[in-house]
Amino acid sequence: MAGGVLPPPSNRGGTGWGPLRVPLLIPTWVMIGIFLLLPVLLMAVYSFLTKEFRGGVIWDFTLAAYDQFFFDRGLFGDEPPVIEWTYISIFWRSIWQAGVATLACLLVGFPTAWFIATRAPAQRTVWLFLITIPYWVNLLIRTVSLKFLIRDNGPLNEALIGLGLLDHPLPLVNTNLAVQLGLFYSYLPFMVLPIYAAVERYNFALSEAASDLYAGRWTILREIVLPMVRPGIVAGCILVFVPSLGAFLAPDLLGGAKTYMIGSLIDEQFKGSQGNWPFGAAIAVILMTMVLMVLMAQARAALKGERK
Amino acid sequence: MKTYLTTAAALALMAGTAQAEGKLSVYHWFEYMPQELVDKFEAETGIEVTIDTYDSNEAMLAALKAGKIGQYDVAVPGDYMVAIMGHEGLLGSFTPEELPNFAKIDPKWVDVPFDPARKHSIPYQWGSTAFSVNRDVYQGDINTLAMIFDPPDELKGKINVLDSQGEVLALGSLYLGIPQCSTDKAQLKALNDMLLNAKQYWASFGSDTAKEVLVSGDAAAGMIYNGFSAKARAEGAKVEYAYPKEGYVLWMDNMVLLKDAPNRENALKFMNFLLEPENAAAVTNYAAYTAGVMGVEPFLDEAIKTSPENNPPADGPTGVFIEACDEATQKYYDAIWTNLKK
Amino acid sequence: MKGVRHYPGFLILTLGCLLVLYAPLVVVTIYSFNDSSSITSWGGFSLRWYVDVLTGPESARFAAAAWNSITIAVLAATASTAIAVAAALAMIRSGRFRGKSATYALINLPLLVPEIVTAVATLIFFSVIGLTTGYLTILIAHVTFCIPFAYLPIAARLSGIEEVYEQAARDLYATRTQAFWLILLPLMMPGVVSGYLLAFIISLDDFIITNFVKGAGMETLPTAIFGSVKQGIKPNIMAISTVMLAVSVLFVSLSYLVNRIGQKTRT
Repeated sequence: MAGGVLPPPSNRGGTGWGPLRVPLLIPTWVMIGIFLLLPVLLMAVYSFLTKEFRGGVIWDFTLAAYDQFFFDRGLFGDEPPVIEWTYISIFWRSIWQAGVATLACLLVGFPTAWFIATRAPAQRTVWLFLITIPYWVNLLIRTVSLKFLIRDNGPLNEALIGLGLLDHPLPLVNTNLAVQLGLFYSYLPFMVLPIYAAVERYNFALSEAASDLYAGRWTILREIVLPMVRPGIVAGCILVFVPSLGAFLAPDLLGGAKTYMIGSLIDEQFKGSQGNWPFGAAIAVILMTMVLMVLMAQARAALKGERK
Repeated sequence: MKTYLTTAAALALMAGTAQAEGKLSVYHWFEYMPQELVDKFEAETGIEVTIDTYDSNEAMLAALKAGKIGQYDVAVPGDYMVAIMGHEGLLGSFTPEELPNFAKIDPKWVDVPFDPARKHSIPYQWGSTAFSVNRDVYQGDINTLAMIFDPPDELKGKINVLDSQGEVLALGSLYLGIPQCSTDKAQLKALNDMLLNAKQYWASFGSDTAKEVLVSGDAAAGMIYNGFSAKARAEGAKVEYAYPKEGYVLWMDNMVLLKDAPNRENALKFMNFLLEPENAAAVTNYAAYTAGVMGVEPFLDEAIKTSPENNPPADGPTGVFIEACDEATQKYYDAIWTNLKK
Repeated sequence: MKGVRHYPGFLILTLGCLLVLYAPLVVVTIYSFNDSSSITSWGGFSLRWYVDVLTGPESARFAAAAWNSITIAVLAATASTAIAVAAALAMIRSGRFRGKSATYALINLPLLVPEIVTAVATLIFFSVIGLTTGYLTILIAHVTFCIPFAYLPIAARLSGIEEVYEQAARDLYATRTQAFWLILLPLMMPGVVSGYLLAFIISLDDFIITNFVKGAGMETLPTAIFGSVKQGIKPNIMAISTVMLAVSVLFVSLSYLVNRIGQKTRT
């Protein structure tokens, strides 16, 4: 009816972001492409160079760094090569710790995010700030304070013994559990905030409809809510798991640094007495390749889900 | 036009030097120089001092090699690191005449193996690395490295070890009585096996936390630097610093002039300032180690002068510096350390 | 109505979550008033560390470092959030295109590279291209590594918003700009706020990369306090942290009040 007066809308039925795609992505390409990808490519090149004694590289191509990672030639390098388990087991240990921490963050972070998203709108921001305020205090200080709390004769153990719940102090410091607790503590908001952003959008009418059809609460959560907020959960898991893999503050301070984690192993190659830059670069390349493959598989799966 | 350009260039140059005259850029360890001393130097000379900090010799080396050389005038590497930086060509040189206080350096610290005749460095502080034991937990004789590597039952599982390859392997070698840069396979194997066996008695690895674990009681014994142990004692830890009969590690931190120092003259002024006994003593009173300068005694705090950590028994064992092995040999020690921490 | 929003135990878990987050801070605050200089022994109540922090020989250094940290965090979070919003629009709203997976990998790259590798590589890169290290280099590095932390919550949010809202606006003759500012951005807001907050705390916390790419004499709070913390926190660091906490609480309360007043005047 108004068609005669007004021209048709310019972009009927679409949202029209396609033509702007390139300008929208340029800032990302420039910032990460120049200031991270280029330096990292340089590092990838370093992993194929000869190490200079005590740090630095010599521009001679070699696979020595990768050989060192995968093959064991004995303490003196004169035995026939067998598969080197040292570094693989360090990777496995780091993955395990990061995985447990991510799961713990998810189990606590999802309910927290849900709780925040179901508050009155004015209160939500306050809750979000409450979650992030502790992070104004430096990670190192938080970790040291956490260690103080869980020491053998620290406040936690004293309280538990005082309440009669324990006879002896629970040894937490210098255990794997302490490392997992430290990682959980370090990265919790990185799980809560993305999930919150997704849940906040959730249309509760869906739950109500399911409830009207006699679905139980937990069934609704599992069958309807979780698939809807999946992008938030995936984002949270990435933001917790990947940084946890390379973390070394929590393992060093809370775990007693008795065994290497990926983070401390790489750190040692650059800042430690071994000064083996190509090897450090090679470990980083292997780690990045591994995580990238998982991420790409996840992105592809998500894309397939979208098309369905 | 040409004259104009030349004048502009000359002016820019002059402006550059005038600015440079007032500055000094120091690359230093964390918490190793009292702020009051820096203020004193600034007041005396009008030079503005900026201090950047690092937390290990190797971290400093990595940062300089990755591109920070040319930004700083002086740094404070440990003994073996002076030698390494010398090999890497990261050091600038000076002559004794350029430092009026050069003669105040304790003669025994002038001709040191890591910088013969002191062409690049001056002594900063020196001390020893051994271990301390909580005397409430263990009362027997502690002057043997067996406390760490084959400990009595009271200490098992309560030992902190420095998270530092050089110190752990050097003390391990002293315990076994083998040279520090051995190429003998049997000796290296023995060191490897001894450390792997000892690890089951250790609670943690930590260098920065070495003092705190003794004060808190989280560890009953721990490898530690002498001044650090004195601080632990001052904070109430019931610890005694050991002088093990097998020997212990000596170290010396040195202030070096860096290559391409932007303010070389000011750097030399600062080094000269630090060789003044009163100023060297101020660092010692702060860090609880020992100065490498003569005539500091009148300026020292009583507690430092008489502390057992700074006064090894006269008839006791001697300390040795950590040796910088050559590349081929170092490979074995790197492998042993990785074995220990895998 | 309330039934489907409420799950038993979620409140308890939220409170537990806050307890875990805040318990170590209680330690920090209490020990900032400790007269003794060790974290493990209590030497009586004292304000000496606050006096030390606010008037001591290092007070100017700490103040400058705190100022740098906060300004860098604000700038880096703002820039990276803006970049992330643009990237999310292109990635979620512009269909499939060549190089989409590669771009996705690129956005996540800062997460994947271990910090020490980023630190060394970036410093080498800066010195190769002749960029003098200082405030600017820190800012560039921070914007870069904050992007994925801002992007992931924003993208997660955006992918949950159906296109119909925007389409409806466009059908009603809104320009693309109007549709974005008036419809889409308000819908995206929770994601944008989440991303901004994460980028902010990541920037505020960073030590390793900052320590490498900063110039001589340039400090942020983490680089200024790191060493003394590693050797067992001294109470003056506890005092600084408590001051920082107080500042953050002040900011939050202020923004809450401003919000409240804003809402009141509107209604």
